[in-house]
Amino acid sequence: MLKAAAAAALLGLAAIGARAQAKPRVIPITARKFTYEPDVVTLKQSEPVIFRLTSEDVVMGFSVPDFGIRGTIIPGQATDVALTPAKTGEFTFLCDVFCGTGHEEMNGTLRVVA
Amino acid sequence: MKPSGLSRREFMKLAGLGGVVLVSGCATGPGATGAVAESEFYFVQLSDPHWGFEGPDINPDAKVTLKKAVAAVNAMSPQPDFVVFTGDLTHTTDDPKERRRRMAEFRDIASALKVKDVHFMPGEHDASLDNGKAFKEFFGATHYTFDHKGVHFITIDNVSDPMASIGEEQLRWLAADLAAQPKDARIVVLTHRPLFDLYPQWDWATRDGAQAIALLQTHDNVTVFYGHIHQENHFMTGNIAHHSAKGLMFALPAPASQPKRLPIPWDASAPYKGLGWRDIEAETTPVHYAITELPVA
Repeated sequence: MLKAAAAAALLGLAAIGARAQAKPRVIPITARKFTYEPDVVTLKQSEPVIFRLTSEDVVMGFSVPDFGIRGTIIPGQATDVALTPAKTGEFTFLCDVFCGTGHEEMNGTLRVVA
Repeated sequence: MKPSGLSRREFMKLAGLGGVVLVSGCATGPGATGAVAESEFYFVQLSDPHWGFEGPDINPDAKVTLKKAVAAVNAMSPQPDFVVFTGDLTHTTDDPKERRRRMAEFRDIASALKVKDVHFMPGEHDASLDNGKAFKEFFGATHYTFDHKGVHFITIDNVSDPMASIGEEQLRWLAADLAAQPKDARIVVLTHRPLFDLYPQWDWATRDGAQAIALLQTHDNVTVFYGHIHQENHFMTGNIAHHSAKGLMFALPAPASQPKRLPIPWDASAPYKGLGWRDIEAETTPVHYAITELPVA
């Protein structure tokens, strides 16, 4: 009986904790030969976000080397990549899956502000 | 012809021939590979000819640059023992027929080299859109080894996977090949992309390159020659020296020197500036590779 009460209390605390945590902002980004839409994304430092990535044509990549995150984007399905940026500044995101003639120019900018 | 008693590099330095920059500092060590006959020799590295590229502002001589480089190599005396092309033989195209047409033209131009021992490897422009299919039709395997006068050469393919990975299968092959080499074997790795994280923000890296370096690190005398970044770069990971080559179609900016990785425009006052090729003299005692950078024209 006591055990059950303690477990219920713990579950309640966990639920309160979850509510207290900010829900990540979802940022849709569409990739197509050879651009991202949008290609400039502004975030707040320490703001948890999820990049919801889709491709309109071929397999693409989405990589932000400065934060050590990446995802492979398969046409027809969404790929989620999570980030909570710890530092401010401007950072490059790029396609790291060779996708054709304009691959080298396929990139964008992540702006993280205080 | 060089006088006897001088290495080719010493002769060229004394005679003021050709060399733009002399770069030393590769692997060092006893290089006592024992049973295999050793002697000094030199080979030529040509890289990133991007045959099929069009961009008058970047290279108005795109149709003749590779031919000029071939003529320059043919003018060398003595001739190199062999020539290596470290990838991006052709500029990429989404059209498989056009890709093969460019490869056929490239092969015809390269066949004019007097030296007939020529080793090819793919770059991502050649191989990433069809996993190396067209390259193999024209040039054979994308990763392989060969031995020359006591040096073991290993060609690593880090481009046939469009995700820039070497892959588990090739890494196992590499491990098995290295296991058969003495610890002090003279080993030269030829590849296209940098095996280390040179600047991932511009895709100048190999995703699983650290695994290859960890395997190579177990040997004392390993040197890597690569292409991809269209400029000289010299970098050490542990005891392994990595040397990138200039390209033969357009130059690229230094890593992180500007926001975008865009080709450097042609300078009409200094044609072919930033383009070039190199000869590499393999010296035995100590194990050393003397690099001489040479202009296209």
